[in-house]
Order: sequence, then structure tokens, then C-alpha cells
Amino acid sequence: MDAVGHFFHSIPFDLIVIQTVNGIVAGMILALIASGLTLIFGIMDVVNFAHGELFMLGAYVGVIVIAATGNFWLGLVASALIVAILGAAIQIVTLRPLIGRDPLNTILATFGISLVLQNYALWQFGPVSRKIPEPISSHFTLFYLQYPWYRIVIAGLSAAIIGSFWLFLKYSKFGVWIRATAQDRVMAQAMGIPVPWVYTGVFAIGAAMAAASGVLFAPTTGVDHSMGLDWVLKAFIVVVVGGMGNLGGSIAAAIFVSLLESYAAIWMDPSQAVIVSFVVLILTLLFRPTGLFVSTPR
Amino acid sequence: MTTAPLDKTLPLGKTGLSHSAIFWIGFCVVIAVLAAAPLVLPEFWRRFLTEVLIWGLLAMSSDLLIGYTGMISFGHSAFFGLGMYGAGAALLLVNPPNLWLAILFGLAGAAGAALFVAYFSTRLRDIYFAITTLIFSQIFYVIIFTWTAVTGGENGLIFTRPHLTIPFIYNARFTTTTMHWFVLAVVTASYLILRRVTQSPFGMVLQSIRENEPRTRAIGYPVARYKMMSVMLSGLFAGLAGVLYAIQNEFAAPNFVYFLTSGDTVIYNVIGGIGTLVGPIVGAGFFQLARELLARLFGDQFPYLIPLGIVFIVMIIFLPQGLLGFARRWLNR
Repeated sequence: MDAVGHFFHSIPFDLIVIQTVNGIVAGMILALIASGLTLIFGIMDVVNFAHGELFMLGAYVGVIVIAATGNFWLGLVASALIVAILGAAIQIVTLRPLIGRDPLNTILATFGISLVLQNYALWQFGPVSRKIPEPISSHFTLFYLQYPWYRIVIAGLSAAIIGSFWLFLKYSKFGVWIRATAQDRVMAQAMGIPVPWVYTGVFAIGAAMAAASGVLFAPTTGVDHSMGLDWVLKAFIVVVVGGMGNLGGSIAAAIFVSLLESYAAIWMDPSQAVIVSFVVLILTLLFRPTGLFVSTPR
Repeated sequence: MTTAPLDKTLPLGKTGLSHSAIFWIGFCVVIAVLAAAPLVLPEFWRRFLTEVLIWGLLAMSSDLLIGYTGMISFGHSAFFGLGMYGAGAALLLVNPPNLWLAILFGLAGAAGAALFVAYFSTRLRDIYFAITTLIFSQIFYVIIFTWTAVTGGENGLIFTRPHLTIPFIYNARFTTTTMHWFVLAVVTASYLILRRVTQSPFGMVLQSIRENEPRTRAIGYPVARYKMMSVMLSGLFAGLAGVLYAIQNEFAAPNFVYFLTSGDTVIYNVIGGIGTLVGPIVGAGFFQLARELLARLFGDQFPYLIPLGIVFIVMIIFLPQGLLGFARRWLNR
């Protein structure tokens, strides 16, 4: 009896609640990155290695615009637009010539792009990390913590962006084009849908989503040139766990993996907590290689 | 100036020499030049050439996967790094440090990592394979980086170079020249073994997996087992490269387990020409030379990966066969 009581006392309920909130916030950012990645994969069959670099560049553009104008929300919008244009340019120059070639060529090409972008950022902005001030500085009390409202806003905004993107896919003309191309590329082309431009548009939208999450995330830590790889790795894990090319699965997996990581961080060092997501990946590969959140195995 | 097509300038058939005679003459000339090089080159370039050979071995090992089995590995840093740390463990634990024990430990470490990666990653194809190898190499990186008590964490391990020993016959301290010859001997032997492997029936099955995996399976070959063997073999040679690098530089550092090493390996392959075995060595030489020249021209801080990355992208679009791609058929005959 005493042992049971002791067991319940040893569970740090307050920590679990705090980590649940942290996990959901991190999960929503991750979901925003991963949904761009999975969108690009689902439509174009391209694994975008440079996605983390678009996230990083988005954060840097945000840093510059916010420093110049002092307005966070302007920075968010400008960064998404500028990186979207950059993404479209990258897609036209490097990926369009590779349409119809072995998909492995595109993973190599995007890997080259990520190298160039990352080293450009290092060269241009230097190795010192930059900081964006939080646009909303008020806090609320969560047990003994002063929890920043801004983090809750991040989660809400990410959800709003993903939601409006879903509506865009469902109801807009371009969204219908995108879904048609995903279903049957050749038929879509035959129906007069400009498939190469759909590809460019999809890449630009994915880039904009990555950039937006970069700006949203930047105030919680710093911005530096190497932040992309960590996030793209996490996003890859999420996309594989959620089922490649499956938008809903990626979002569910993003929150699932982030929650597990933040719970693990209660008992381990945060740098070791990433191993939890690796374990989730290995278990997924062993038992459900098509993805945890795919309803019917393909 | 007229440039004749390449196949006409090659004196195949005209001089009466068979293909294999030309191949082996060329092979001996290249080995002779590489063996004589340290006698002429200054100290810096001697070390440089040795390192190019080591990176070439790493790239060649991954060519077995990329070029022959059709699986791109973004996780070769794990095998390379485990080879390094394995060699480091042997050199630190056993006194006096023994060269062959270091190689044995390094190969064992790389084999362990390769077994792990092979078991899980070969369940997946194409892009999925590439991503999971990357993630697995990152697992090893995190473990090595955070397990400070054993691996030294961020600082890595520092050890001393063993003597070059051949039991009962020869025992001497390594000089840069003998180190170069030792590396050259190992790389040459690895090349010959890998060439033999790719031309064996086993290698033919690997190439058939690259060309058409479902059909290979339909014919009745256990594709999964062949792929695992291919990853294991590739990992062993990558580990060997790690051992050589550890002996050459007398340290093991977590940086080399990081993704960038795997990325460089892929770049060497694409630049040099996949599916040629020697191409990746040429690619490694080209990459390292370009990096050194750019650093000399524009200073150490110059971001050499920007121009090299652009060259890499342009090559994928316009010259996916790589520098030695034109000779691919000929080299594999």
C-alpha cells in the first residue's frame, strides 16, 4: 500500500503537464515543417533534403526584416513570401530538368542545394547565432513556471496555417490541380493542367511553410546556419513514421514523436532524448514499414 | 583542332593488345606513380595524397552500394566513424599498440554498425533507404557524442600511432612515406577485392537488383539477403578507411561520424562517376584538391562548399555519369 502511494508520489505530475504543453508546441512546429516535406514528396516524388535549409533561411530572412521594421508579423509574412520565391527559383533551375529521371537524382540534387544554402548562410551571417525577440512577452502561471503565451500562439498559428492549407487543397482551383496531379500525373497533364507549374507551386508552398515555421520557432532559441539539419532529420523521421506522402499521418506523427521526446526529457538529458524518436522509427520500420498512421497498408 | 571520339583514340584491337592487358598495364602504371609520388612530393602533399587515398577508399566502399546495388547510402560516416573508434579502442587498451589489432577492432566496430543498418534499412527501397541510413548514422553520432565516459564525447580520443609490423619479419615506426605505402597497399588490395566481388556472380545479382529489383526477386534470388550482404561488405571497407584515417591522424573525433562525412562520400561518388570503383577515388582527389586550391586562393574562411556544391548540382543535371562515366563499361569488363 505504502509502495503504491510512493509510486504515485514519484510521478512528477506537474512536470508531465509542463512537458505535455512543450511537446504539443514543438509538435505543431514540426508538423508545419513535415507537412511541407510530405506534400513535396507526395506530389513530386522528391525527398527535399534542402527543406531544413529553407527553414533556416526563413528564420534568417525573418531576423533581417524584423531588425529593419521592428514588426514580427511583417517579418513572418515577408519571410514566407521571399523563401517561396526562392523555392520556386530553385525548383525551376535544379529540379525541373530532373523530371522523369530516377528519383535518386533528385535527392542528390536537393542535397547539393542544402550544402550551398547552408554554407551561404554561414558565409553571409557568420557562425554566431542570432535572436528574434518574442512578439508577445506576457506569461501565464503553470505550476511554478512563468510559461510564455507566445509558445501557445506558435502552436495555434501552426495549426491555423496547416488548416488553411488543407482548405486551400480542398477548395481552391490550384488545390484541385495539386490533388489531380498527385492522383494521376499523366491524366492531369492530358486534362490541360500545367503539371510542371503545379510542381513549382507545390515546392514554393512547401518552402513558404518551412520559412514560416522557421520564423515562428526562432524566438524560442537562436537562429544559426546549422539549425536546418536537426529539424530536417526530425521531419524525415516524422514523415517515415507517419507514412510517406500522407499529410494527416505526418501531423499525427509529429505530435506523437514530440510528446514522447518531451516526456523522455524528464528523465534523460535532452540531447539523449532524441534517441526516443530514433527508437520509434526503428519500431515503425520493424512492424509497420508503411507508416504508423496509415489506415490500410499500401 | 579535331577531337576524335574517345573509342577511336583508344587503341583497342588495333595494337593487338587485349582489353585485360591494357587494363593491367594501366593499373600498374597508376600504382607505380602513386607509389613513387611520396619520394618526390614535399611533406604536405605527401600527407594530402595519403588522405585522398583514404577518402577514396571510403567513397569506393559506398560505390558498391550506390553504383552496383543502386542504393544511395547517406550513412557511411557511421561505418567510417566506428572504424575510427574501434581502432582507437584497440590502440588505447592494448600496450604496446598493435597495428593489426587496431584493424581488427575497427573492422569489428564497423561490422557491428553495418549489421544494424543492414538489418533495418534494407527493408526499404530507394529514397527510404537513403533517409534511414542517414538517421541511423545520426543515432551513432548521438551515442558517440553523448557517451563521454567511453568515447571522450566532443573531444574524441587521442592515441599514438602503432608500429608498422609484419610479425617476425619487420617492425619499424611509421614515416609519412611508409604510411603512404601502407595505405596504398590497403587501398589497392581493397580495389582488387571489390572489383572481383562486382564481377563475381554475387556482384551480378547486385547489379541485377539495381536494374530491376522485382524481377530479380521473381527469378528467385533472396534479394533482402543480397542487399544486407552488400551493405555489410560496403560497411567493412568504409570501416577500413576509418581505421586508416585514425592511424594516419592519431585521433578519433565525433565530427567524422557526423552527417557531413557521409555527404562528402556521396559527392566523391557523383563527381568521380558511380559504378566504376576508381571513379570515387578520382572524385575524392578532385574534391580535396579543389578545396585546397580554393583555400589557398581565397583564404581559409572561403566557403568552398558553395562553388563545389554548385559543381555537384550541375554535374547531376548535365553529367550524371561523373568524370569517369565515359569509361564505365570498359572498366567493368
